[in-house]
Amino acid sequence: MDRRSFLRLSALGLGAGLIPVGRSGWAAQGGTGGKRLVVVFLRGAVDGLNVVVPYADPAYHDLRPSIAIPRPGAAVGALDLDGHFGLHPALASLMPLWQQRNLAFIHASGSPDTTRSHFDAQLDIETGTPGRRTTDGWMNRLLAVLPGPHTANQGVAFGPTVPRILSGKLQVANLPMGKEMGKASILDQPAVSSAFDKLYAGTDAMSVAYRQAQQSRQEVMATIDHETQEADNGAPPPDGFAGDARRLARLIANDPSIQLAFLALGGWDTHVNQGGATGQLANRLKPLGDGLASFVEGLGQAYRDTVILVVSEFGRTAHENGNGGTDHGHGNAMWLLGGGVAGGRVYGAWPGLGTGQLHEGRDLAVTTDFRSVIGTIAQRHLRLPDTALNTIMPAMPQAPGEITRIVGA
Amino acid sequence: MPCSRTTPLKSSFALLVGLAILARAPSVRAESATLGQEGAAAHALDRLGYGPRPGDLQAVTAEGVDRWIDVQLNPERIPVPADLQQRLDSFETLRLSPVELFKQYGPPRAERGVKPTPEEMKASRQRARVIMAEAVQARFLRAVDSPRQLQEVMVDFWFNHFNVSAAKGLDYLWTGSFEETAIRPHVFGRFRDLLEATAKHPAMLFYLDNWQNTEPGSPGAKRREDGLNENYARELMELHTLGVDGGYTQQDVIALAHILTGWGLPPGRGGGRPGLPPPSPDGFYFDAERHDFSDKVFLGHTIRGSGQAEVEQVLDILARSPTTAHHLSYQLAQYFVADEPDPVLVDVLAKRYLATDGNIREVLRTLFHSEQFWDRKTFEAKYKTPYQYVVSAVRAAGVPMLNARPLYGTAAQMGMPVYAYLTPEGYKNTRDAWLSPDATAKRLTFATALAAGRLPVDRPPPPEAAPGEAPMPKPPGGALVGLAMPASDGVAAEPAIKPVPLDAQAILAGLGHRFGPRTLDAINTADPKLQAAMVLGSPEFMQR
Repeated sequence: MDRRSFLRLSALGLGAGLIPVGRSGWAAQGGTGGKRLVVVFLRGAVDGLNVVVPYADPAYHDLRPSIAIPRPGAAVGALDLDGHFGLHPALASLMPLWQQRNLAFIHASGSPDTTRSHFDAQLDIETGTPGRRTTDGWMNRLLAVLPGPHTANQGVAFGPTVPRILSGKLQVANLPMGKEMGKASILDQPAVSSAFDKLYAGTDAMSVAYRQAQQSRQEVMATIDHETQEADNGAPPPDGFAGDARRLARLIANDPSIQLAFLALGGWDTHVNQGGATGQLANRLKPLGDGLASFVEGLGQAYRDTVILVVSEFGRTAHENGNGGTDHGHGNAMWLLGGGVAGGRVYGAWPGLGTGQLHEGRDLAVTTDFRSVIGTIAQRHLRLPDTALNTIMPAMPQAPGEITRIVGA
Repeated sequence: MPCSRTTPLKSSFALLVGLAILARAPSVRAESATLGQEGAAAHALDRLGYGPRPGDLQAVTAEGVDRWIDVQLNPERIPVPADLQQRLDSFETLRLSPVELFKQYGPPRAERGVKPTPEEMKASRQRARVIMAEAVQARFLRAVDSPRQLQEVMVDFWFNHFNVSAAKGLDYLWTGSFEETAIRPHVFGRFRDLLEATAKHPAMLFYLDNWQNTEPGSPGAKRREDGLNENYARELMELHTLGVDGGYTQQDVIALAHILTGWGLPPGRGGGRPGLPPPSPDGFYFDAERHDFSDKVFLGHTIRGSGQAEVEQVLDILARSPTTAHHLSYQLAQYFVADEPDPVLVDVLAKRYLATDGNIREVLRTLFHSEQFWDRKTFEAKYKTPYQYVVSAVRAAGVPMLNARPLYGTAAQMGMPVYAYLTPEGYKNTRDAWLSPDATAKRLTFATALAAGRLPVDRPPPPEAAPGEAPMPKPPGGALVGLAMPASDGVAAEPAIKPVPLDAQAILAGLGHRFGPRTLDAINTADPKLQAAMVLGSPEFMQR
């Protein structure tokens, strides 16, 4: 019952069939000058009002009698950001990045479409065409306009499927998230792979996916091979998201051909008993914050050129519901971290939580369209020309002035 | 024209169905030389079931495809083999009521104000693993071995439509029971009955939080139960009935949440309240003390405040809505015919649904006799989901099925852990959702291991895993969520006995003439040791 034993059996001959794509071979220079974008999608609608807490808004504590995060200074209170907002205390491991001015939030951001369906709203964000929902995703369109040759791992979805955000005309890789990544496979045996090569030699979607898998795997194996020599004295990364994040970061740091990466985390749909400074939501935020910190650490030098965007489909009701939870809402906070981020600041016009200020009387309003944040990243971080923007985000509204200064110099 | 017999029918087809004359219509299936009876049998076995086992194709051809379909629609006419029944009977937790499951396996209660220790909580979760282990084992056993193939397909279809997740809270106790008692008995029945059975099952009440939905300030409101919860109200319309574009508003969501107040679980850990009759063992309880008895306006209907009957009335409205008919018809057509089904077919099915008051069997009968279902273009054109792929592979291989863990684990690694999809929309069944480079590699790895006889599906599973053994793969996006699921071995396992490689020619013969010349040539010229892997890993076998 032990997979290792099986892999030992199946891995005889591992390596013999690898085409030596060497680390320097495929992608020493990406077209974006080494700039990367990593998107982390929190599926299920994370409660942004308890992540970036508007503690100075007079309505905040009244709206959330049992789940409000206590003010900064209180026992397990919010971690003060700027005198108006505070960070959820479970995200303490991100505070050093805030202090280094590498972490920014765009509050009251989101989609102009007001659907409260998780699945439609996720499609809105992933397609970048709210209300219309193109069949391709904006990261795939972004891939298409990146300059330079398109390599097998230029766009990578981490996880077992390719989500809509990366689907489209260009081939993308997908790689498993956990410890499985870079493990030996029976497909590494030349006899096995050449047999399947013959079955998947066509131009159909399955053949294309097969060849993509083989190429992508060769690159990963070459990277991991190199990586194992400099791992933490052979100690494997820890379990859970922090471990996964560290593995991903190392892969990205060692494979310059990876320019766009995506991963999704679930479990944010807190209709019941979400807790405040401690409790269910805190228990999910903690590994996320630790994982992002570990990701940043794992990136090493590559951090300088990487932007990490954390986004969710919509926010949750400003008031708590009858069960110590929150229902589907509208505006949320986007998170941005990276060496080139103009951080240490909460961006976005704050619409307020008072009566008359809420969207439909119940939700945080949206004052920044999510597309303008992505457009700014494309323009100022990935250095794409204005002409490319319309491909990535058709009908994107003009970004508010301050948003255009959120990243890059 | 692939089907000459259907041509005269085409123009009047929709009309005929609209008049409900086609209830027992002759098949419009082509009998042309190009298709052949065996091709039709293969298509039926692929779509109404999980593909042929060795000999099935010949048996269905001999029986006649129309007759086989008719019998599949009436599974009580198909005997369950004694050895399968015996194995199913050994799963004791499948027969326990939700209340019994909670009492025997639920979290320990505080004794005289002393909370259970973390160790006690952990031990309880450990003990409860048997429930999901048995449910998973039963699900795969039936999918692979049951001759009632369409029933097993419909169980998967409707479970997925009304998805609950063992990965959420107490649903590790109830997800198996949900399928067994709320889904399985109704898969060919009236949709209204299926809808109510899911609405009342503790797995759904817990999963979409309605057990806590309470009218603010009502006599029964207290602490965590003092207000509305919109979760179930929204998904009941968006996912279960009307569909996301079904024309309801946020006001309708709120009205429905009020109507659903008090619709929940029995108080007092299933024991009820002193002075009231004990709640039923099915685990549903309507708490009038937490209900909003005012009148409501829902989808333009006035719902008089009357308690539990309000929900019955609303379920009637939803189940009889043409919007629901259309939504369900689209999903059935997408599952059985094409990723982007013909709107004409969807309309035909929706009309049949409305004409029969939501009779699922009759809607399916119309579907299986539609020209779209028998259009040659749809043959082998649906990309299998990971679940369909692993089940169909074991069927095609013809190996005895004794251990579901390798199948569960493989499907989970491909992003499809059975019973553990976290969010309520359920798994997709389209090619776009599942065809990916990594998934392709994983299918081939699985095919190679199965063909080499290295996958221990034909050996009884070891006793339920000890603590710390073989962690289960994470569901997509679920990296942060702890799971209480059976241990799984993925595709890799130590062969306890000498592996017996499968015979490629036998598998080919069982699958019929679906393979193209390039595939056959590649297989026949390959190393014989790899030929069976190539059959099960061929592009043709990825589709149904």
